[in-house]
Amino acid sequence: MSKLKKKSELEPGAIPFKSSKEYETGDWGITYPKIDYNKCTKCTLCHFFCPEGAINVREDGYTEVDYRYCKGCGICSHECPVKCIEMIVKK
Amino acid sequence: MYRDDSEKMNQKLLGLNGDEAAAYAIKQVNPEVVAAYPITPQTIIVERFSEYVANGLVDSEFVAVESEHSALSACVGASATGARAYTATAANGLALMWEILYIASGMRQPIIMSIANRALSGPLNIHNDHSDSMGARDSGWIQIYCENCQEVYDSHITAWRIAENINVQLPIMICFDGFTISHTMENVFTLNDEIVQNFIGKRVFPKITGHLGETDLRLNPTCPITMGAMDLQDYYFEHKVQQHEALLNSLEVIESVENEFSEITGREYGLIQSYMMEDADVALIGMGSVMGTTKYVVDQLRSNGIKVGLIKIRCYRPFPKEKLVKAISNCKVIGIIEKSLSFGSVGSPLYQDIKTVLYDYEKKPLIIGYVHGLGGRDTSPENLKQIFQDLLKIDNLTKKIGNQQYIGLRE
Amino acid sequence: MSELTLKNLSKKPDLICPGARLCSGCDETIIVRLVLKATRGPTIVTNATGCLEVATTSFPYTAWDLPWIHSAFENTAATASGIEAAIKAMKKRKEGPLSNFENIDVLAFAGDGGTYDIGFQALSGAIERGHDFTYILLDNEAYMNTGIQRSGATPFSASTTTSPAGKIFLGKTENKKPLDEIIIAHALPYFATINAAWPLDVIKKTRKGIDINGPTFLHAIVPCSRGWRFPPEKTIEISRLAVQTCIFPLYEVNNYKGKTTYELSSPSLSIAKRPETKKTVEEYLKQQGRFSHLFKPEINKEYLKQIQETVDLKWSILLDKCGI
Repeated sequence: MSKLKKKSELEPGAIPFKSSKEYETGDWGITYPKIDYNKCTKCTLCHFFCPEGAINVREDGYTEVDYRYCKGCGICSHECPVKCIEMIVKK
Repeated sequence: MYRDDSEKMNQKLLGLNGDEAAAYAIKQVNPEVVAAYPITPQTIIVERFSEYVANGLVDSEFVAVESEHSALSACVGASATGARAYTATAANGLALMWEILYIASGMRQPIIMSIANRALSGPLNIHNDHSDSMGARDSGWIQIYCENCQEVYDSHITAWRIAENINVQLPIMICFDGFTISHTMENVFTLNDEIVQNFIGKRVFPKITGHLGETDLRLNPTCPITMGAMDLQDYYFEHKVQQHEALLNSLEVIESVENEFSEITGREYGLIQSYMMEDADVALIGMGSVMGTTKYVVDQLRSNGIKVGLIKIRCYRPFPKEKLVKAISNCKVIGIIEKSLSFGSVGSPLYQDIKTVLYDYEKKPLIIGYVHGLGGRDTSPENLKQIFQDLLKIDNLTKKIGNQQYIGLRE
Repeated sequence: MSELTLKNLSKKPDLICPGARLCSGCDETIIVRLVLKATRGPTIVTNATGCLEVATTSFPYTAWDLPWIHSAFENTAATASGIEAAIKAMKKRKEGPLSNFENIDVLAFAGDGGTYDIGFQALSGAIERGHDFTYILLDNEAYMNTGIQRSGATPFSASTTTSPAGKIFLGKTENKKPLDEIIIAHALPYFATINAAWPLDVIKKTRKGIDINGPTFLHAIVPCSRGWRFPPEKTIEISRLAVQTCIFPLYEVNNYKGKTTYELSSPSLSIAKRPETKKTVEEYLKQQGRFSHLFKPEINKEYLKQIQETVDLKWSILLDKCGI
């Protein structure tokens, strides 16, 4: 509790002062996705289907997973039209 | 009341009932958003304000919502967006707003709301008592109780400066008795629009640091903030105590804003108003329109050399405990007259507050709680005179001390 | 933002950040991300109480990079009314920082509980008053945040914790409230159904809803892996099946000068054109634990027939409205 702000340090109105980006959910899942870039067609569907916004589109048009937030739901893998995303069980 | 005639001369005398006085003041304030729903005895406010809108006398957005719950919800949305927001209600309408009362104060939104006090159902009753706003006394709102139409008008102007003060940032209920004030026409001194606008100025916002940086406490796409977050065991407690402290801070702010206002108008109110209390042996304490009648009775008794006085509680939340203790310091016996019942409790709300305050002081007057006027029943000067006379003979009443008394009840 | 294409939109930064605490595979944030991809400029969001609200704004954290407000459960549309009125008033007076923006769009997110049930009155009132806002219904067909209780949106025979499948009653005994028809009856300028399985359709419809002045309504079907009981990776698959079976057809309703026109969106239109591609309700129901009592210990043919007939009837009525 000692790290939490005190009453006198808090501002009125209970306005959040941290971005959820500081709350990493990457350790929630038991699996993680791995993209096979040899098969990927840059369709970016996985970017749109990711509930976490944890699949970003790179400059080169390929997508990449931000493992800090991926919860391992597996939607990207299940929906990939060319089946280039494999869900791997964490060790 | 006025130091000289020039103060009066700057003001226009209008015949207004309490509802009209509220609506007229709000017209002059011209808040960005008014969201309201009709309910007796507040309806005239909504009607008058709609006329002002229809005739272009204000450029407020009037949102004619489908319920009081939505009225206050719309005010919360508007106020959070940075608008001045106003609504008005009574009785069951206030009850329907209940959930949002706490949300408005918890989100620290300086919304102004008129309450034309009316008995709560059931059974259904449209007349005055304080059962509606008394129930909301712990909702984190400032509560001001008015005695007459002039006070209604003035309070609807000063309220904005109080609510929006950086150290306060809380909503205000301006309460006045349904029908007795809301529908009774009186002479009201009104300021011109420009003076009102200069007095209220522009809304001010506290600076806060959100997740994207420092900004005003308002919804603004330039620096977005999140309002109304989920707040659990780790922070809720701190936020609630902050809110409590802000409410207590408003005591000072109310006084300073009203002092400033009295410079313009010559009218002074204060958190409480003492009348003939300097040497009073016996006093009545109460709120609202009945205190006008009580003044009349005090004058009558004083003319017979009987040392009685009264204290009108104008600001009920936050409770002005220091002012009150000082005002009653010489008093031996006190009657507290209230228009609400706290079912199953040790006494009505004001009685509980005052008794609690006095527990810490050595000099404790005898206190008797009286409930009167429920559902609009008239409290006559004779009723009040009888109370004073009973209190003056307090030694003979010792058996009754501690028991709640009812005025005008057929036992 | 130039043309609304997936390629262009994939580069638009999300206005909802990662780090939210929704269940793995939740469809709500998929819809929200798509909706926010469709914003055209400054936007204020109001959100009803529910999973989305609690999981994205757990103090001191927030996932929202746009101005966002939650007030209560049942007042989302009323809160939106107040926001919209405030924007209007401030723009009219040319006062305050908000008056500098040409447009500030107002979006409201609420679940089925907050829309079909407790928030219905506020919503109806706000649409009637004509406020300029876009309401997005995230319909996961039960009160998920409180632990899967039936709502007015729960379909017939779905098992929830307050309509459990037992020996006498096989799940919810009533049909889903025909909310779409009720909303459309308000003669609002624009209504559409949306489904995360068709991302570009969601984005285009949302943009249309935002562009149109006045109240617009988007009804999203939001499969919930916890509440509907299916593995999280199947969220989009189940969502897609809702359209393929015509349980949740994709369509738009435009109201222009008092004339209401219905139009099927391409995924449903292609089924209308080739009815043989329409899947049976069984294919949708059997994948979900909330309907498992219809398949175990043996297939309840009577119930499946009844559900299929209801879907077929509603689909044919919709086709009529679309002039097909």
